[in-house]
Amino acid sequence: MQVENKEFKPTIVAFCCNWCSYAGADLAGTGRMQYPANVKIIRVPCSCRVNPTFILRAFQRGADGVIMCGCHPGDCHYTSGNYYARRRMTMLFDFLDYLGIEKGRTRVEWVSAAEGARFASVMNEFVKNVTELGPNKRITDLRCKMEKEGE
Amino acid sequence: MQKIGVFICWCGSNIAATVDVKRVAEAALHEPGVVYSADYQYMCSESGQTLIKNAIKEKGLTGVVVCSCSPRMHEATFRKAAESCGLNPYMVEIANIREHVSWIHKDIEEATEKAVILMRAAVAKVNLNQSLTAGKSDVVKRALVIGGGIAGIQTAIDIADAGYEVDIVEKKPTIGGKMSQLDKTFPTLDCAACILTPKMVEAASHEKIRIISYSEVESVSGFVGNFTARIKKKPRYVNEALCTGCGICAEKCPSRKSKNEFNEGMDTRGAVYIPFAQAVPKLAVIDPTACIKFKTGKCGLCERNCTAKAIDFNQKEQIIEEKYGAIVVATGFNPIKLDGLEEYGYSQNADVITSLELERLMNAAGPTGGVLLRPSDRQHPHKIVFVQCVGSRGLRPCDKPYCSKICCMYTAKHSMLIREKYPDTEVYVFYIDVRTPGKNFDEFYRRAVEQYGVHYVKGQVGKIVNDGGKLIVHGSDLLMNEQVIIDADLVVLAAAIEPDPTAKSVATMLTASIDTNNFFTEAHPKLRPVESPTAGVFLSGVCQGPKDIPETVAQASAAAVKVVGLLSKDQLTCNPCVAGSNELLCNGCSSCEKVCPYGAISYITKEVRRGDFRRVAFVNEAVCQGCGACTVTCPSGAMDLKGFTNKQIMAEVDAICK
Repeated sequence: MQVENKEFKPTIVAFCCNWCSYAGADLAGTGRMQYPANVKIIRVPCSCRVNPTFILRAFQRGADGVIMCGCHPGDCHYTSGNYYARRRMTMLFDFLDYLGIEKGRTRVEWVSAAEGARFASVMNEFVKNVTELGPNKRITDLRCKMEKEGE
Repeated sequence: MQKIGVFICWCGSNIAATVDVKRVAEAALHEPGVVYSADYQYMCSESGQTLIKNAIKEKGLTGVVVCSCSPRMHEATFRKAAESCGLNPYMVEIANIREHVSWIHKDIEEATEKAVILMRAAVAKVNLNQSLTAGKSDVVKRALVIGGGIAGIQTAIDIADAGYEVDIVEKKPTIGGKMSQLDKTFPTLDCAACILTPKMVEAASHEKIRIISYSEVESVSGFVGNFTARIKKKPRYVNEALCTGCGICAEKCPSRKSKNEFNEGMDTRGAVYIPFAQAVPKLAVIDPTACIKFKTGKCGLCERNCTAKAIDFNQKEQIIEEKYGAIVVATGFNPIKLDGLEEYGYSQNADVITSLELERLMNAAGPTGGVLLRPSDRQHPHKIVFVQCVGSRGLRPCDKPYCSKICCMYTAKHSMLIREKYPDTEVYVFYIDVRTPGKNFDEFYRRAVEQYGVHYVKGQVGKIVNDGGKLIVHGSDLLMNEQVIIDADLVVLAAAIEPDPTAKSVATMLTASIDTNNFFTEAHPKLRPVESPTAGVFLSGVCQGPKDIPETVAQASAAAVKVVGLLSKDQLTCNPCVAGSNELLCNGCSSCEKVCPYGAISYITKEVRRGDFRRVAFVNEAVCQGCGACTVTCPSGAMDLKGFTNKQIMAEVDAICK
């Protein structure tokens, strides 16, 4: 079991808003701040563009963790988008927890365009947490898995 | 089916050293829709772009993926290249394999694998991309400048000289800002008033400039080219049209207890006052918190003495609403409050003053008429200690982490002026470093040391105590490695500067961003230093970061050029990545209208099928900024965001989780 955990590399989807968090991720890159390669970033205009179905889809397709990053409360480029996102995600994560996707696999973080170091540290910590939780099996669509193995 | 070309950039060795670009190019060919892939050393260069253009033409590509640096860097470059050879620019997507891959990962295997996945996600997205056409919106040919200091004045004059209307909104009763309080300016030592006041008059008399003083911008709505601002004009209780600025009211006012802000509170003024002799507009203003008439209902001495009949105790707040094409932020700075810095004893000792207070003490129009006297006993000080970096470059919560930039130079100026005027005075300067980068700056500082014999002591001051009127300064001399104790008559603190407290609310109002120190963030720290990340909002002066007068003026003019460039266009191209509603799915529930921060969504009755009239959402594309809040709110999935459609994002998720 331990051996399996060591080798386990979670798939992590990060939704980043274009104005703050994606720029923060860019800054982490410019500053050569390391974080695990498992994190794959999807750029969205604003955190409020993240539809709960995107997150469900990710888990269904075999993601082990999903993190959503936006501008700090009060700093949204679109004034109020991150507030909508925050409410939606609070509800969704509660619901996912009920379904058996632990709270540790889902996360909302506010990262500004100036916080490259914070972006890296958030990602490092999140990957560590998800790795400890192990693979997500709860709502993975078995058909997707078969497809994958079929390849 | 799309015909997609994938182009992988080496970025010299920035990408190629960690990512096996050949393998990414090879992997791309196995992706659905990909018909061509290539790698090149510098894709953004002229020849790299030609490579893409030729491939589009020769292979008949309908979509392009460029695996390179961040889309925030070169998305526009590659979209423009595609457009130049007939491909819709929105058929180009970027996979960020530099900032998000090669720069943060060391292992080639791992990095290449991630680059392939990101490439795959971008290809999956492009497969679902659709050509988008940008709409147009009109530009209002008028600019708003928030703040009337030297930065705001210079920006306004430059914009007005180019032929556009400008409004300056200043929260104080007069324009002029901090520079109007200064005595002399480094490194030429010319008098601040002599160079500033003509500019203030020029602004006031310019036919294209309107100065809205004693007012604050309350709210801003709209977007680049078409902002609407609500400006709150505070009551002066003086009729602006009638007041001649003669000053009789200020002379007659029996209330004398208000601190004079212009002299940094070192003398008093009446409840009705003119801020200073060269104020623009030169109009009296009544401070209702000090006015006896407002407090007790009796007095009205000013009203009786005003020959112009300008006093109006019933004046009310006014709201001005105006449309603007561009907004310039020039909100400036303040010295920090020194209450938290106990060791200097600023609040306990009258003779511990700030540099701005010293400016007033040395100024001919100041509280002492330009004679340097200690505030406590009005005696001439014989030993003066200057302390630099007070609150700057510190690590404590009460300190600012940054260098305030102007203090080294003005302290050299002060010490030089004092030694010049009062050669019997000894001057000490405690410093951490002396920073004098700038034209003729170091020569100036050396003159203070060599020619005027100012004692510079490298070290910090730990404590200042008052011993029977003498200020005992305990400091350290790091070069001599010893403790220094000086019994000074006057201590001058070079207080750090911080953005004006209104910066935060202005930033929120304009959706412009500020950094952790509340300085406005520029769109690019090197290449777009006078623009904010919000289109149509520009930055001028210290609101963006500490700077001296020449730099402020240079930045102010640069901001003006950017504004003029914007206002010279009749129409702007809109962002085509906006929301759109599928009328067949929309049930007219109004959910999207409620979450839209821009009021871009309205409802219309439309015949969606023959004979089927329904109330459906309608998006005003010129107003929509493309945040996507409505798309998630829509319970029936009718609302989607062009360029970031549900299907596109789902495809990216699928590609990553594969």
